[in-house]
Amino acid sequence: MSFGNVLAMEWIKLRSLRSTTWVLAAGMLVTAALGMVAGFNTRSVTGDPTSNVLSGVILGQVVVGVLGVLCVTSEYSSGLIRVTLAAVPRRRLVLAAKACAFGALALVAGEVAVFAAFLGGIAVLRPSVPHPALSDPTVLRAVALTGAYLGLVALMGVGVGILVRHSAAAVAILVGGLFVLPPIVGAAGHATGRFMPEMIVGNSLAAVNSVQGFNWSPWLELGITALYPAVLLTAGCIRLTRQDA
Amino acid sequence: MGQGAGMIEVRGLTKRYGATLAVDGLSFDVQPGVVTGFLGPNGSGKSTTMRMILGQDMPDAGRATIGGRPYASLRWPLREVGAVLDAKAFHPGRSARAHLTALAASNAIARRRVGEVLAEVGLTSVASRRAGTFSLGMAQRLGIAAALLGDPGVLLLDEPVNGLDPDGVRWIRKLLRSLAGSGRTVLVSSHLISEMALTADRLIVIGRGRLLADTTVTELTARGHSLEDAFFALTEGSVQYR
Repeated sequence: MSFGNVLAMEWIKLRSLRSTTWVLAAGMLVTAALGMVAGFNTRSVTGDPTSNVLSGVILGQVVVGVLGVLCVTSEYSSGLIRVTLAAVPRRRLVLAAKACAFGALALVAGEVAVFAAFLGGIAVLRPSVPHPALSDPTVLRAVALTGAYLGLVALMGVGVGILVRHSAAAVAILVGGLFVLPPIVGAAGHATGRFMPEMIVGNSLAAVNSVQGFNWSPWLELGITALYPAVLLTAGCIRLTRQDA
Repeated sequence: MGQGAGMIEVRGLTKRYGATLAVDGLSFDVQPGVVTGFLGPNGSGKSTTMRMILGQDMPDAGRATIGGRPYASLRWPLREVGAVLDAKAFHPGRSARAHLTALAASNAIARRRVGEVLAEVGLTSVASRRAGTFSLGMAQRLGIAAALLGDPGVLLLDEPVNGLDPDGVRWIRKLLRSLAGSGRTVLVSSHLISEMALTADRLIVIGRGRLLADTTVTELTARGHSLEDAFFALTEGSVQYR
């Protein structure tokens, strides 16, 4: 049995659920639509229109994260996980295939959504506001890394799902971790924000003008963000391989 | 039929959940060519044993092998072993065909097998419907279709007749007998003694996780008036929730 076989199984599972397709499409649409609203509302001539039109990811991340959770926890709630593990007893392979299949799908969907948000948002910018262009490498970096962020949040969802196994609890942990934790930890001082994914995306990844407290390279901040899914997936993998299915 | 029509060997299998000993030093063999009934009261450890044979739950002691190898080391598990542990173990939003197609892909099983097993279990006409709309009987049939997908030499079924109408019960009985008749190893658990009397040749009876009898239907009924009487005589004292 090769990784390709297992990946094929997970890919068929993903695309055979109409709900996944629709929810993902809706998430992309909302991300792009919010970008246009933000673009239209941008008035500051010294602000960062790129960052503004990418702000739809705040909602987009919830969609890909929750879908990531559900692609794992739905197997536990239905009992399908036992069928999956009977077909593929090498459990690491199952988790790797799940993460790759959904991570890749979310990455592509995320990039499409943010580029649509950017192009749509810039198109409706007021003439008085500076118009960023993708030919500017800094702008291209901001848009591309914001899309990549959505891929990473999807992997966080898969990681929390495999670790927690219960849909409601996993969704609560993911959303709580993304939105509730940063302001609490942030109260301790601005320096912590650069370690919080939800703060990183708005202030570093999507930003063209540098933001106070986020003077590290956006690429480094993307790496810090990637540590979250890495840790969650590793912990989830340990639970998956050591415990009963 | 898949080669390696293997014997299932269970040796000293033990599983503890907290303070409860679910399976307690269980040993038995399941031979090819006959239907082996796995009998015991509710909570006697049948499902736990089957999950350990399939490598899903890890035993605290002992081992289970299929054709001499632990399940987890089988190269293409679905081509060697087919199992139905839980009839409703599918995503309710996915069609029966997609469910089977995904499983077939994992074990490099030819696509045409999906159509073949759907026809075999009589689900062809509803194959594109969301499986969540299936009745329990249809769900059981989908589970059996998944078990037959890789044309395996060994089959394990946990309570396959639960929720089936008389027609379905008879269909399963015939299917299991024909699978065993073609040399396959068939282990089927049930708490329905009368059904086992009609389906099984050999019987493994457990209670409180321990082996109570490893015998044939003929031998067991020779002792009592009926298989039911014999079963109650055997399991007396090991029923926990009466």
